[in-house]
Amino acid sequence: MSARDTLFASIRKSLGVTGAEGERRAAVAERLRQHPRGVIPARGQLPPAERVKLFARMVEAANGSAEILNSADQVPAAVAALLRRHNLPMQVRRGNDPRLAALPWDKERQLDVSVGASDGHQLVSVGHAFAGVAETGTLVMTSGTDNPTTLNFLPDTHIVVVDARDIAGDYEAVWQHVREVFGVDALPRAINLITGPSRSADIAQILILGAHGPRRLHVLVVGEAG
Amino acid sequence: MAFAEHLTSPAFKENARHALADPQLQSALHGIETGIVDRRRATVAKLPEFDALRDSARAIKNHTLAHLDLYLEQFEQKCTAAGGHVHYAVTAEEARAKVLEICRNANARLVTKGKSMVGEEIAINDFLEQNGITPVETDLGEYLVQIRHELPSHIIMPAVHLTKAQIEADFRRVHTHLAPDRNLEEHQTLLTEARVILRDRFLSADVGITGANFLIAETGTSIIVTNEGNGDLTQTLPRVHIVLASIEKVVPTLEDVSQLLRVLARSATAQEMSVYTTFSTGPRRAGDPDGPNEYHVIILDNGRTAMLGGQFRDMLRCIRCGACMNHCPVYAAVGGHTYGWVYPGPMGAVLTPSIVGIENAGHLPNASTFCGRCEEVCPVRIPLPGLMRHWREREFERHLSPAAVRSGLAFWAYLATRPRLYAVAMSLFVFGLGLLGKFFRRFRWLPLAGNWTQHRDFPAPQMQTFQAQWKRRIRTQ
Repeated sequence: MSARDTLFASIRKSLGVTGAEGERRAAVAERLRQHPRGVIPARGQLPPAERVKLFARMVEAANGSAEILNSADQVPAAVAALLRRHNLPMQVRRGNDPRLAALPWDKERQLDVSVGASDGHQLVSVGHAFAGVAETGTLVMTSGTDNPTTLNFLPDTHIVVVDARDIAGDYEAVWQHVREVFGVDALPRAINLITGPSRSADIAQILILGAHGPRRLHVLVVGEAG
Repeated sequence: MAFAEHLTSPAFKENARHALADPQLQSALHGIETGIVDRRRATVAKLPEFDALRDSARAIKNHTLAHLDLYLEQFEQKCTAAGGHVHYAVTAEEARAKVLEICRNANARLVTKGKSMVGEEIAINDFLEQNGITPVETDLGEYLVQIRHELPSHIIMPAVHLTKAQIEADFRRVHTHLAPDRNLEEHQTLLTEARVILRDRFLSADVGITGANFLIAETGTSIIVTNEGNGDLTQTLPRVHIVLASIEKVVPTLEDVSQLLRVLARSATAQEMSVYTTFSTGPRRAGDPDGPNEYHVIILDNGRTAMLGGQFRDMLRCIRCGACMNHCPVYAAVGGHTYGWVYPGPMGAVLTPSIVGIENAGHLPNASTFCGRCEEVCPVRIPLPGLMRHWREREFERHLSPAAVRSGLAFWAYLATRPRLYAVAMSLFVFGLGLLGKFFRRFRWLPLAGNWTQHRDFPAPQMQTFQAQWKRRIRTQ
């Protein structure tokens, strides 16, 4: 018998089943089809504008920083201002997400913007989130042709743009949106939920930011909530 | 068996003696009781739905375990459809062989590792090294225990037993390419040194091995939860990603995993949410600028299917948060290494005997005061003291407990099942002891209780048994 056969036989023996029971199969199919929501915390269940405020507050509670911009066109200036504020070189690497590609980067003449994945040599990256979750200040990043996963982890400073309309109260609302965009049960290769900058408390339980991922996470919430 | 060389559970008592006499360990352990316990309480207090979420988490795990064969089939189907490979391993040996086969096929020399308790369980690092492949742990705590050739002493904080001074000394010992007189006073400097060294490994590794906090049946996805971002780099940068999982990691849907994530970080590290929760579904896709070319999931049994059919099924709900050990007075006193294998504390006291046998780990379920704090904080409500009691019963039934314990218990059982005799014997005993202690109020030494009085005095009883006092109280009311 293969390891697979042995393992499944042991499970079925322990459960006292054959695997062919219609009722059990129906229960499983039903759960997968309905994917019932469990307990949803009341915390994130707010009107849109309040939800965005909670999101920004929770990002900060997780040691990130957040700025609310009226329009996406203000992103390049906000990025340049952040770099100046922290005395960083005026260079960023971004993905080719159409929402980022459409921004007026050329208005920031000093800012050198390159496009693509990170090989570990970039200090600052700019990405676009698929969504945000107000409940915990969590960013939802989806990988794909235009959204390299390496931009989320290798640079020292990670700047993330998120549309105010994509800020949900809870994770469950995001999964619903994921299914609408990517199709039922077909996820992007990687989904990174990011809550604050990288950290470790492995040295004598003292919390320090910037373990292997970014030391700094800055979130730019753009547009009208709705 | 392969675990034998690391297994010191049979020497629990001796390990405990050493641990109690180790000032560095005692100072390192002090932080648990004063830090994480309070922070967890504060974080939990901010979420009024926390207890309802624990019930929900328990129900999800129970439902999944009752349909485990079907959810694993579903996971396999979806993972394969996304271009991944699913492998099964009944034993630790089979899992190790599969990892090696995948590494050899990829001509791998250097393997980076995210934190994986299944990896510890199958001792994958030693095995890879024996076969000419260099494994590098990338979680800072795991890196520390790797360079010290130790087991992790905690399932979430592997190096919680170390002081900063020890870590500094280890870095000087191992990082010999750096100036020996460099300043390592700050925690930040130590972290930066490890970050720079490991960054290089991330970028040059051929294979990345991670664990899985969860597998999602609905989508064929594996999930890791980290704060450092190390597991994420481990599974993004190398050509091949291997996930080490065990059968009970599977959950049905994205919604189900969201319930579990809400209780995991709060219970483990007192965070509302861990920094990185990464969902991986298959290898790099056409047009993707990054990600691994191959994606393998190895699903291990190693004694778990047997637990599913017996008294220990509840233990398979465990999501490895470590809250039970953070709240355990025994763990806080003796630390994780005393338990003698990879799973310490209350969860280890139940799980370790299931994997390595009660004959090797009989001390573990006995090393508990049954204070119940572990069960009180468990996010999936595992009745840990009850399960430890099952192990004690089995140990007794199999005549594994020492003769003195067995005859003592037999004598006690004889008395306790004869209420009149018990009452007479106890009042004589308590009266006698009370008389002896009348002047001193406490005993510095008692026959047959030397181990107790060596560390503290035994208070003298108040001449009358509780039952007698209770009866009198009822009468006088």
